[in-house]
Amino acid sequence: MSDGPLVPYLLRLADDRLVLGHRLSEWCGHGPILEEDIALANIALDLIGEATLLFGVAGTAEGAGRDADALAFLRDAGDFRNALLVELPKGDFGVTIVRQLFFSVFSLLQMEALQQSTNAELAGIAAKAAKESRYHVRHSAEWVVTLGDGTEESHERVQRAVDDLWRYTGELFLADDIDRAAAAAGFGVDPSTLAAAWRARIDEVLHRATLAIPADGYMQRGGREGRHTEHLGHMLAVMQILARSHPGATW
Amino acid sequence: MVKRAHPTRDEIFEILDEVKDPEVPALSVVELGIVRDASLENDTLVVTVTPTYSGCPAMHEIEADIRDALTRHGLGPIEIRTTYTPAWTTDWIGPEARAKLEAYGIAPPGAAAGVELVPLRRAGASLRCPFCKSKDTEQRSAFGSTACKAIWYCRSCRQPFEEFKAI
Repeated sequence: MSDGPLVPYLLRLADDRLVLGHRLSEWCGHGPILEEDIALANIALDLIGEATLLFGVAGTAEGAGRDADALAFLRDAGDFRNALLVELPKGDFGVTIVRQLFFSVFSLLQMEALQQSTNAELAGIAAKAAKESRYHVRHSAEWVVTLGDGTEESHERVQRAVDDLWRYTGELFLADDIDRAAAAAGFGVDPSTLAAAWRARIDEVLHRATLAIPADGYMQRGGREGRHTEHLGHMLAVMQILARSHPGATW
Repeated sequence: MVKRAHPTRDEIFEILDEVKDPEVPALSVVELGIVRDASLENDTLVVTVTPTYSGCPAMHEIEADIRDALTRHGLGPIEIRTTYTPAWTTDWIGPEARAKLEAYGIAPPGAAAGVELVPLRRAGASLRCPFCKSKDTEQRSAFGSTACKAIWYCRSCRQPFEEFKAI
């Protein structure tokens, strides 16, 4: 059994990706055009794949017999440690794509840094995830520029998404005792060290998209402590019902 | 075929070269670089594999196919291990395998996603159409029918085609 910061640290990495992957998968069959439907499903698959690998390492380190499926499907909302940003409803395409930009840039920076993790398994997963994140960043950045610098309607809707989601971005960079201990032990990264690089890249994209950068005001928080919006419970109900109704089902 | 109690690494790779990727049957799991190593550990044949993408749904089938192929050659017991280091890259696909891909109708990997944040959509180098060989092509989406493919369109023969995308 491990009482150190490794398991909780891995779980927050995995939870961010599982929850966002599920939110993205909600677009499957509903994308605005076929290519975009496929793109969002692909990115969802990458994120859920990354989460599965991280859960696997966490479950082994925990030593309590929980595998990736148990960690994904048999925990309740209060046990999840994802940032609030990723659990918000998918909204319109503008909300989805702005959230993808905000998270993908964060994830790219985080995974690039984690390639140097002293935990060999985490470093390997991070190297793979960083490559995938580069495609995700490029995809969302292109869309934000296309829509922001597009029609009056598309500009207005993407700007509204930026304004609405901005207050959820601060939590990505909040470091608590677990992050600091993980960084000190050498296997983790203190997220506050990624904030300046994230902001520079986001500013660059928003500027090219002719979008206004919101003023820094109050930032929402709570996900890392298990205090979530009401949306997560509803999402988990849909995501977990099969595994909970048919324990151990295989197909 | 090989049927010995102690096959060499080359002999094991030769057998695994018969196992085709379920999504890209033009290539074997060896040619794709999915099989990283094979060795005998206390009479257990250990095959080490690495996934192309984190969420590649074909991995379970690939592992089952590897087991089947080795069992067919009378080898066993078999253990399949998964490694993530070093991360899989399309650079491991050799020239011969690239030619097979193109003949199969899938453009071999071009340049990987650059480090620039917002490249101009059509600024990247164009690929050669695997059907009419024209270079007058454009990428329609970096995401295709499987995690490892991108969607392209040939303006010359007006044929959509797939690229085994660089990563």
